[in-house]
Amino acid sequence: MTPPHPIELVCPAGSLPALKTAIDNGADCVYLGFKDATNARNFTGLNFDDKSMADGVRYAHDRGRKVLLALNTYPQTDNWSSWTRAIDRAADCGIDALILADPGLMAYARKTHPQLRLHLSVQGSATSYDAINFYYERFGISRAVLPRVLSLAQVEHVIANTPVEIEVFGFGGLCVMVEGRCALSAYATGESPNCNGACSPGKHVRWEQTPKGMETRLNGILIDRFADGERAGYPTLCKGRFDVNGETYYAIEEPTSLNTLELLPELARVGVRAIKIEGRQRSPAYVTQVTKVWRAAIDRLQTDTAPFRVEAAWMAELNKVSEGQSHTLGAYYRPWK
Amino acid sequence: MKLALGPLLYYWPRQATLAFYADMADAPLDVVYLGETVCSRRHELRLSDWLEVAETLAAAGKEVVLSSQVLVESESDLKTLRRIVANGRFRVEANDMGAVRLLTGGDAPVADWIAGPTLNIFNPATLGMFAELGASRWVAPPEMSRQQIAQLRGGLGQPMEVEVFAHGRLPLAFSARCFTARHYNLQKDTCEFRCLQFADGIPLKTREGEPFLTLNGIQTQSAHVHTLLGDLPAVQADGLDILRISPQGDHTAEVIDLFRQALAGQLPPAEALQSARPLLPEAPCNGFWHGRPGVEQLVTA
Repeated sequence: MTPPHPIELVCPAGSLPALKTAIDNGADCVYLGFKDATNARNFTGLNFDDKSMADGVRYAHDRGRKVLLALNTYPQTDNWSSWTRAIDRAADCGIDALILADPGLMAYARKTHPQLRLHLSVQGSATSYDAINFYYERFGISRAVLPRVLSLAQVEHVIANTPVEIEVFGFGGLCVMVEGRCALSAYATGESPNCNGACSPGKHVRWEQTPKGMETRLNGILIDRFADGERAGYPTLCKGRFDVNGETYYAIEEPTSLNTLELLPELARVGVRAIKIEGRQRSPAYVTQVTKVWRAAIDRLQTDTAPFRVEAAWMAELNKVSEGQSHTLGAYYRPWK
Repeated sequence: MKLALGPLLYYWPRQATLAFYADMADAPLDVVYLGETVCSRRHELRLSDWLEVAETLAAAGKEVVLSSQVLVESESDLKTLRRIVANGRFRVEANDMGAVRLLTGGDAPVADWIAGPTLNIFNPATLGMFAELGASRWVAPPEMSRQQIAQLRGGLGQPMEVEVFAHGRLPLAFSARCFTARHYNLQKDTCEFRCLQFADGIPLKTREGEPFLTLNGIQTQSAHVHTLLGDLPAVQADGLDILRISPQGDHTAEVIDLFRQALAGQLPPAEALQSARPLLPEAPCNGFWHGRPGVEQLVTA
């Protein structure tokens, strides 16, 4: 089965080596951010300055691939100009599209750099075609990235009712909350994905071996405690174990990754135009592994005449790099909700 | 300064909900926000019931606003949204961009609406754009600090009413998943409406017993109760227009009275906060107002 449009594979690049390996292993696009709070993966040691971004863009363009810049946090009054300057810098670098969430920034980009293609970030929390069409009518967005909340039938319904290309998350760390609608990290640490580009930031994390086990804390708040032999995960605050009515469990979500590989034919059938791999904070090795598998799967889908089949080896490779070594279909699978 | 009652974030039985709003008709409130904003499965009151409550409150002299659902997923969610937008009688608080499109697009855009706290409006460029599209009031996102709100107002070209979340458990996150159903090992589609049993949501504690969050269906709230009762002199000095009080399971009317007394200068802020403590389901916090982690409680001089 060949879908009417090829599906683009959009891979994460937290660094120049990650960008290069994504391109070398078959990414159609890479997405990246500047080294500051203008993007939602504002972590120490990650991301690009003007020089590395220019190098990255050249590397991608020389090979006929695209580079998308994530500027998907919300500026405040006093730092507004850092964000508009980032848009200008990106335009100068020859970026192929901007991934934005803030409507004010969209208006700025439209006016100042009318040639630049605009994508609506997942941080824009647009979950219906009416929401997406608002950005289309006001700013002429070309693509929207859907929050990880809709079932497959709902994704199909959105696509049927908008001229905007739809990109969905295919693999990687799973936000259980609607992106752009979560202030849990701000509540615990004062820093949020929306305003600071960080969730459960490392500088607030403490690992402590105690007589009761390894404890992980976020700004002093106990997120989880691990017995000897249990693998202690990073204390992302929605993936800890908590006590609800005397029962201790993963009350919000287990440490697990989204993996929609088996849904690929369905995603293609409903008209999804691009699949995003999460993980700009992950290593180049992760990017290599995940890009390879998804490239192979998309190629098989788009070129093979035989029915699509997920290779056991693909799943094994992906599980190796999954959070908690497990995966879920998330909201695409209705009972998950 | 006006006092507003925010939309009811919990799911109470029909009679309890109607009795609550009958009481609120007599409370010293200027504005009341009505409607289901959290979960489309909640239907103890349908839109027609909400509109009846709205008429009663309007007859009692309240300004009534209909609040739209925050997370819109299905075509049936959109149908409800269209009915709210087209109600023709009451102003609408838009809580997602779909609502904004319906209010501002088409042949007959609505001239006057309210930009809700979940629209993620953080800067003058964005707020100014929504003002041009007909928003006459902005409800600041709860995570914004006093200073950030003041700076935004300072940078805004036109006058606009500003409302802040002044009291209640903080609505921190929304999900496709229902955490109340999950707690009972139920799926969302067959949740048995367990939310009805919890007038203030379900407390979530850390493994050392510290109150941390509150599960309210698909919404996650703070455990601590954000309140600006102890910060009212600063709030008044800043000239904010409206303070939002979020309904709680018990004692909402007493909390409103405390705000009224403190705003009128009849009760010193520290004393108002002290008097509120036994009325709250959990300890107070005010970190967001002070530009700190929201969970913190900062004593103000």
